[in-house]
Amino acid sequence: MGTQLRNWSLLLVAAAVCALPLPSLAQLTQLDLQSRIGTESHIGNITGHAKDAAAPYRRYCVGCHGPLGDGEGENAAWMDPPLLPKPRNFQLGIFKCRSTPTGTLPTDDDLFDSIARGFDRSSMPQWSTFTKQERADLVAWVKHFSPRWTNEKPGAPITIPPEPEVTPERIKAGRDVFARVQCWKCHGVLGQANGPSAATLTDDLGRPIAAYNFTEGSRPKCGDTDRDIYRIFMTGLDGTPMPSFADNIKPDEAWDLVFYLRTLMKQNSKEKQMARQLGLKPVDPNAPAGQQ
Amino acid sequence: MRNRCNSAVVLSAIVLVCCGALILGENVSAAGEGKISGTVKLDGTAPHMRGIDMSKDPYCVKAHATDPAHMENVVVGQGGGLENVVLYLSEGLTGSALTEVPSQVPVFDQKNCVYTPHVLAMDINQKFKVTTSDQTTHNIHPNPNPMTGNIPWNQSQPPGAAPVEKSWKATEMIPVQCNIHPWMHGWFVVVKGPYATTDASGSYTINNVPPGSYTVTAWQEDLGTQTQKVTVAAGAAGSANFTFKAK
Repeated sequence: MGTQLRNWSLLLVAAAVCALPLPSLAQLTQLDLQSRIGTESHIGNITGHAKDAAAPYRRYCVGCHGPLGDGEGENAAWMDPPLLPKPRNFQLGIFKCRSTPTGTLPTDDDLFDSIARGFDRSSMPQWSTFTKQERADLVAWVKHFSPRWTNEKPGAPITIPPEPEVTPERIKAGRDVFARVQCWKCHGVLGQANGPSAATLTDDLGRPIAAYNFTEGSRPKCGDTDRDIYRIFMTGLDGTPMPSFADNIKPDEAWDLVFYLRTLMKQNSKEKQMARQLGLKPVDPNAPAGQQ
Repeated sequence: MRNRCNSAVVLSAIVLVCCGALILGENVSAAGEGKISGTVKLDGTAPHMRGIDMSKDPYCVKAHATDPAHMENVVVGQGGGLENVVLYLSEGLTGSALTEVPSQVPVFDQKNCVYTPHVLAMDINQKFKVTTSDQTTHNIHPNPNPMTGNIPWNQSQPPGAAPVEKSWKATEMIPVQCNIHPWMHGWFVVVKGPYATTDASGSYTINNVPPGSYTVTAWQEDLGTQTQKVTVAAGAAGSANFTFKAK
């Protein structure tokens, strides 16, 4: 009987220890995913359902993003950053293209736009061939990989004032912003992604990553409208070295910077012509602050 | 048989209660503060801290013209004292000590292209400030594991930028970096309850410790963690000295 009792008590101690809450840092399991299969997305008046995206995800996305959404699909091994970025790990819930402040979740619309837009200079094509309903379902499916959407709400989108008329003065002012906040440290004075810090850039997972080269004619990762460019530097691209400048560039100055960045881009534009007429010189990183 | 079952139930109840007491710690009053103090030392030869090449940024080079910068992973002072070790109570906190949040706002400064201090300890939800004293742009980029509930963010701080004020939700040792100056590396050490960081001589004092029995954990970024059991009686200070072996 003594032995029996000891066995019982050992078992109970073991049970008590097992029941202690352990930090949930373990890898995501199919069970966690099943518990979040009810995840929804809301795009305008369309409601997306994660469960309806299981089949298209398996067909179109799983090869890169993997069955558990960790970005370790079988094609991922063939992608070598920085030339070809690795697929996103959805489990972390960290996204580059957001309308929301750094450190916050993107909105459903942000993810919806990313799926449709795709990412230049990566393996992610545009998925504009999907219907809006299918895309909304995929947004819900992407969200169900991360516990962040259970615990947090998306950030409030930043306010973008209406775009002012571009003027030579604004382009010159934009150049001053470019000099003051030192965009050139990574992007280079001509926007050729060859600034002094460009070569050592890594993403949050320690993988090499390239700064955007304005002069190649490729599209910025998170869109190429003026509003997209405004949003990129005011929210930052989370998971990458690109920080948010929201605290250090005023909304009006931000438009000036957008206009100046247009002058660095390969594509011809009103801004580029104005800069040419002005004889605008690139920023001089060796000049004293305020005279660059 | 029935008797055996009954004893088993009684015994299991006792075991569970004991477990409970162990888990929750002794029921101590939060009133009457004590302290735990001691020193942390390195046993062996201090590892070589290599110099930092800051030639990417002439501003940083100039700032260190007379005082060359070195890595700060293991900083050893007089008598082998280890600087930048964080000490906290990993077990034994009860009652209000588990929920109190200090009102002090610790500051993490970017100065001469290094982080000062190199390691900043703080409590969960305690506000802290990131400032810049430099005339060059930094980006302050903590990189926690989002699975803990701490979410990474990344903000620029050009010359003259206002401080960034933040807090963290969960205990974690969070590496901080500047992508523009890749040698800049530091830590936000988020703990629960009273904590201290060792000074240049390796000494520390954890204040505001209610009487009770605790496990004190000492954390060093390269040398890992060590623990000791310490009892703090009402009106008496506890003490714990730690020695890390050089790698």
